[in-house]
Amino acid sequence: MSMYKDIAWNGLWKQNSILAQLLGLCPLLAVSTNLVNAVSLGLATILVMMLSNFAISALRALIPYEIRIPVFILIIAALVTVVDLAFNAFLHDLYLVLGIFIPLIVTNCIVLARVEAFAAKNGLRASTMDGLMMGVGFVWVIALLGAVREFVGQGTLFSGIEMIFPTLSGIQILPVDYPGFLVAILPPGAFFVLGLLIAGRNWLEARANRRVREHRQHDQPPPANSLPA
Amino acid sequence: MSEPEAIEVTRRESSVLRISMRTAAIMLAFTLVFTAMMAGTYKATEPLVAASALAEKLRLIGEVLPPGAYDNDLMADAITLAPQPALGLDDDTRLWRARRNGVPVALVFEAAARDGYSGRIGLIVAVGSDGKLLAMRVTTHKETPGLGDYIDPKKDRNKARPWITQFNGLGFAEVPREKWRVKKDGGRFDQMSGATISARAVTNAGGRALAWAAEHRERLFALPPDGRFEGKETP
Repeated sequence: MSMYKDIAWNGLWKQNSILAQLLGLCPLLAVSTNLVNAVSLGLATILVMMLSNFAISALRALIPYEIRIPVFILIIAALVTVVDLAFNAFLHDLYLVLGIFIPLIVTNCIVLARVEAFAAKNGLRASTMDGLMMGVGFVWVIALLGAVREFVGQGTLFSGIEMIFPTLSGIQILPVDYPGFLVAILPPGAFFVLGLLIAGRNWLEARANRRVREHRQHDQPPPANSLPA
Repeated sequence: MSEPEAIEVTRRESSVLRISMRTAAIMLAFTLVFTAMMAGTYKATEPLVAASALAEKLRLIGEVLPPGAYDNDLMADAITLAPQPALGLDDDTRLWRARRNGVPVALVFEAAARDGYSGRIGLIVAVGSDGKLLAMRVTTHKETPGLGDYIDPKKDRNKARPWITQFNGLGFAEVPREKWRVKKDGGRFDQMSGATISARAVTNAGGRALAWAAEHRERLFALPPDGRFEGKETP
């Protein structure tokens, strides 16, 4: 059980694909112009990561070490193609919204990174779990990034949701005459917001580490011969 | 080199060769299996994908031409257009001819503006047989979200009267050719301040589509179904 807890904690925070590993920035920056797009890409990414981790964990005994990377890429590309075709055939309305993002998932190196670092060495259930958690870690960061960029850039949230749920519509948060802040929507804005998010994570981590150190100092008095720093 | 050593080298070489062959065979096997998987999925989903694409096309046509306006089978009464530089098209596209009781009603075809703020803007246009632009819709674009994307009525904040509907029902009889521009260029049509480039690109593409349809209308309606329109008079 604690192993699954570790996998979840690593995916969501400690080894978060974006905030800690800085992987998969290309689709992240391209698609996070608003919340709905960001979450859409994120959900498709979770699906592909779970499938690819599952497939490679299942086949790992058959894959020679020397050619593992080409085989991984082959499997990931094939799975993405199958997901793309299946979406187009069976969930066509969703495909019209998500369709352009699905091929982008191949460019997300976090998929290959998790396959190589985890699925090739671990069992089926743990690998699928790792795909899910790394995917969820990707989704919450890209969703936050999309929400901030949409809010600052256009003053709305959930714009475009009517393309997925025709009965809903986006929320105008700032007054309609809000002129918009174009930089937030253009690529440089993505870098600014991402930089702030990473700084925020580092700050939280540094604070947590400092607390741990202070606790230790309280619990055990420093050795007598130690010099004040 | 002594004889046993030579044998040893030969054996090692043959084992390297064997391992390489084995690895290559495994790679080949994976390639075959996963290619077969993709091909199988493609085959299995092909009819569904084609049906969705057709429904999507009909939906798009429905946006510029109400289904009640014609009574022929649009999909059957279509011709192929060779690349039309005047419409901004580099590839073969389809043109659908709407008729009512056999009388020409409208031409529905694609057009493109290549001078959008972020490249190509794809359009679908319906031009009536009276030379009026019935309606125009943006099919694909990469204009800046929240700024230039009001050219797509789904993104236009003015839901009651989206920007792109101002062209509906207008022809060169109502708006002379030289006035078929955005106001900023001395023309007749509105643009939104701060995003003139997107509006200018769409407006000018609409004007070009109208002029093109006026020039070729007779021949476009006269071609047999599934015919091919080259653009220039065939000698």
